[in-house]
Amino acid sequence: MNPYVPVILALVVGVTLGLILSGMATFIGPKKVYKKVKYEPYECGVPTVGSRDKMSVKFYLTAILFILFDIETVFLYLWATTFKQLGWFGVVEILVFLLILVAGYVYVVKRGALEWD
Amino acid sequence: MMGLPELNPTVVLNGVINYLSSPAGIELIATFLKFLFVFVLVLQVPPIMVWAERRAPAFMQRRKGPNRVGIDIGPLKSRLYGLFQSLADTVKLIWKQEVMPDGANKVMYHLAPVFAVFAAIMIACAIPFGNDITAFGTKIPLSVIRLDVGFLFIFAISSLGVYTVTLAGWSSNNKYSLLGALRASAQMISYEIPLGLSLLPIVLIYGTLDLNEIVIEQTYFWQWGFIKAPVSFLIFLICMFAETNRAPFDLAEGESELVAGFHTEYNSAKFAAIFLGEYVSMFVLSCLASTIFFGGWQVGFISHEQLVNLLFGSEALAAFVGFNALLLKAAFFMWFYVWVRWTLPRFRYDQLMSLGWKFMLPLGLANILVTALVVAFLKF
Repeated sequence: MNPYVPVILALVVGVTLGLILSGMATFIGPKKVYKKVKYEPYECGVPTVGSRDKMSVKFYLTAILFILFDIETVFLYLWATTFKQLGWFGVVEILVFLLILVAGYVYVVKRGALEWD
Repeated sequence: MMGLPELNPTVVLNGVINYLSSPAGIELIATFLKFLFVFVLVLQVPPIMVWAERRAPAFMQRRKGPNRVGIDIGPLKSRLYGLFQSLADTVKLIWKQEVMPDGANKVMYHLAPVFAVFAAIMIACAIPFGNDITAFGTKIPLSVIRLDVGFLFIFAISSLGVYTVTLAGWSSNNKYSLLGALRASAQMISYEIPLGLSLLPIVLIYGTLDLNEIVIEQTYFWQWGFIKAPVSFLIFLICMFAETNRAPFDLAEGESELVAGFHTEYNSAKFAAIFLGEYVSMFVLSCLASTIFFGGWQVGFISHEQLVNLLFGSEALAAFVGFNALLLKAAFFMWFYVWVRWTLPRFRYDQLMSLGWKFMLPLGLANILVTALVVAFLKF
């Protein structure tokens, strides 16, 4: 059997269970009369503002940096699996790779992209 | 056009039996049984864990905690230390009315709990619960999903946890939900990098991405991951807490500031689903930590072959013992979650982010470099 068949099965089972669990809320629970106040967002009792608001740009920056560094991590995995075949060549290569990575990291830190205030 | 073969019931039945007794059929049956097993296991863990998490702090604070709900059927009468409290809570949650706030994004709101459940279950399927056993002449791996790239698979799926938080928080049109979701998603993606980096030395040392192979390499306890790669273990342990948004990194919820964070607007069974997802992912990460750093199903002081010999040559019994060893190790980490939660205060957000980006990331890179050099000097 192809080892990826259980992956698809797990996906189907997981999604089904999730749908059943969250569907129970919609179909089993009681349905009472609609009241405006009851369906307002739960915010302390003052008039609600909702969430469609501007977000701090820091979060976008974090996301961008995450993508960069996460891809580096995946590259490192490829190197790590073939480490023993590569020998010393691999060691030197990863030193160069990490040097470039650290240079970028130092730049990011120096520009203050990781400061939160 | 070819004529259809004769559809005699006995012929069909014989065909089915023949197929099911072939290696492929046995593999198919085994897969379904394993699915059932993981399914039941995964649904059992959250209620017990919730109970433990209410009883343990109660004892730490000299209270009693929930101790009333038990069994009362005829002669069976016991409070069971309130173990059935979680069951009662679940039943209550299911029968509650669902209140979706006005202005919520309907599709995303309904989708978020599904993500929570299925991501957790898929990773649970990838954990090896025992060594391969031979049943009816077929080799059966004791994990539902056995891939050569198990590490990468777990990595890929665990990233999906961010979607639950983001979708739930953004879609429910509540400012507290949004704030909680933003904080939580930024935190989760930030700690995913050190998490990935912390597992790299393990790949370097054991030279494989297959989880079961890694467990096989860790026969005796002095060969376990936490001794061979202690820094990795430390980073992984911290990231475990950050990835599941648990104290001391529970800024996503931060009851005192954000009501309940990203799931403020969730109630009834949807709330239960999100909760289930959270606890299952805690359990899965605990299992993963035991598998990678504490020898998984290995007993630690005798090798697997010796264990099989000791248990009258029965691979199934050895697998059972191994499974219990894994559960015991995972239970320790689950307890550790509770313990830490009621011991340490919450981090401040800037402290959290600088711990992740300015301490753990460089430490992870340095760890890889040092491990690579050590492995190179020892092996080449």
